[in-house]
Amino acid sequence: MQMTLAINGADHALDVDPRTSLLDVLRDHLDLTGSKKGCDHGQCGACTVLLNGRRINSCLTLAVMHEGDEIVTIEGLGTPDALSPLQAAFVAHDGYQCGYCTPGQICSATAMLAEIKAGWPSHVSDDLEGAPELSAAEISERMSGNICRCSAYPNIVDAIADVGRDRS
Amino acid sequence: MRPFDYQRAPSAQAAAELGAAAPASRFIAGGTNLLDLMKIEVERPETLIDISRLPLDTIEQTDEGGLRIGALVTNSDLAADPRVRRDYAVLSRALLAGASGQLRNKATTGGNLLQRTRCYYFYNPAMPCNKRDPGSGCAALEGENRIHAILGASAHCIATHPSDMAVAMLALDARVEVLAADGSTRTIALGDLHRLPGETPHIETTLNDGDLITAVTLPAPPGGRHIYRKVRDRASFAFALTSVAAVVELVDGRIATARLAFGGLAPKPWRDRAVEEALVGQAPSPALWQRAADMVLGEAQGHGSNDFKIPLVRRTLASVLDAACAGEK
Ligand SMILES: Cc1cc2nc3c(=O)[nH]c(=O)nc-3n(C[C@H](O)[C@H](O)[C@H](O)COP(=O)(O)OP(=O)(O)OC[C@H]3O[C@@H](n4cnc5c(N)ncnc54)[C@H](O)[C@@H]3O)c2cc1C
Ligand code: SF4
Ligand code: FES
Ligand code: FES
Repeated sequence: MQMTLAINGADHALDVDPRTSLLDVLRDHLDLTGSKKGCDHGQCGACTVLLNGRRINSCLTLAVMHEGDEIVTIEGLGTPDALSPLQAAFVAHDGYQCGYCTPGQICSATAMLAEIKAGWPSHVSDDLEGAPELSAAEISERMSGNICRCSAYPNIVDAIADVGRDRS
Repeated sequence: MRPFDYQRAPSAQAAAELGAAAPASRFIAGGTNLLDLMKIEVERPETLIDISRLPLDTIEQTDEGGLRIGALVTNSDLAADPRVRRDYAVLSRALLAGASGQLRNKATTGGNLLQRTRCYYFYNPAMPCNKRDPGSGCAALEGENRIHAILGASAHCIATHPSDMAVAMLALDARVEVLAADGSTRTIALGDLHRLPGETPHIETTLNDGDLITAVTLPAPPGGRHIYRKVRDRASFAFALTSVAAVVELVDGRIATARLAFGGLAPKPWRDRAVEEALVGQAPSPALWQRAADMVLGEAQGHGSNDFKIPLVRRTLASVLDAACAGEK
């Protein structure tokens, strides 16, 4: 199928089998290999990208369903010379060991901080209607869709908390 | 994944017509359950009807003072809606206890209701499963059945319905709006949407080919304390072993109204009105909670590795009812 996808601010004309997941288009057709495939079933979060500003699992959606949407991957958040605040914080806090889950963690955290800013409650929020806190418990709960096989969680939480504090 | 013909539905009516005309078809909304199953070829639609762009993504006030939730409203948007957080807290809580932030951004109201069981054998085409392959047997009966049903199951299938959202909606007396291929519409009480397995576990709902869920409606908000308690194998991002949705109102130290629904126990979200009636008019007490649990579990049957669910429900229900009545006179 012929289609055009808007990724990291640029339009890409593609011809793909309708079975192709968004993740496979990114990695195999566009060589945007920052997004990772951990499980291919929505269970690990390594494939997290932003779809119209919201985090999703790119392995559990079809590319053909996303014409007209704005997709941002880890490559679109920052560059080695101009890291995004979360990218810089992950470096500063050593928020990884092997790094396989990291692009997904950073994309997920980028959108997660926006969710907190928008006042979305979480499973661990005491008050559904109050302004959410940026506690370690809140960050862990909200990031539970991103598994880290190396268990770098403490540093990941610290990195996110740092950036979150700067924003609020 | 098997090849399919991909069609983007231009309207709800067109989607329903297409769905009825091509019987081996599936609607795709968020895709988080359907694609998962298509990848392992448990789902093999020949036609995939993309409904994700239909304008069914708003939450509106109804004339009766309730809410009408479009079928494509995402689980995230529903959980964060200010009216839901204020007036239907049990629903926000249930949604927030389900899946992950990423999945809730894609998961839709209609798709969540119609998500399929997480039975391990249903997911494993090498094993017998009456739901996936009618007549082949049920590997869970004699196998691993930690997550399986203790109520409402049959000798042909003991799978549970995995949704959290549906459990809260059942406690809230939700109704499901359906558009049929012939253009007619009807509403179904949520409790009548899913079927018990009986001898036909592959027939899971009362919907016909082409029936499109367009919305879920909630009646005016029930007062009282709203609680959703989910017990699972890890603290986040896991399905329920059991869950209880409760909306309980106490007046002068006695239970005035009680709505209770259970997840993780049965092939469908479970509600037992006799239990609710038995609670009304009574003063809270541990003995009353045990009587309520006796009633809920009257027909309960474990299958080995899920035997623990029987005492677990007992304790979870008591704890939820305690919390619902705590601090009120
Ligand atoms: C790793 C993981 C963990 C999860 N954890 C939880 C959890 O803890 N609790 C929980 O409740 N859920 C959980 N889920 C399930 C998730 O909530 C569902 O996958 C999601 O709600 C399905 O919605 P969807 O829009 O993506 O459905 P889809 O995958 O698009 O569709 C599912 C089914 O519904 C049908 N359908 C969709 N919309 C309509 C409509 N409008 N009318 C008629 N038919 C329709 C489709 O044809 C399909 O058969 C989890 C999922 C994953 C992958
Ligand atoms: S419990 Fe149901 S879904 Fe699981 S193997 Fe048995 S028949 Fe299949
Ligand atoms: S690869 Fe998408 S969630 Fe694991
Ligand atoms: S750093 Fe190795 S998986 Fe997270």
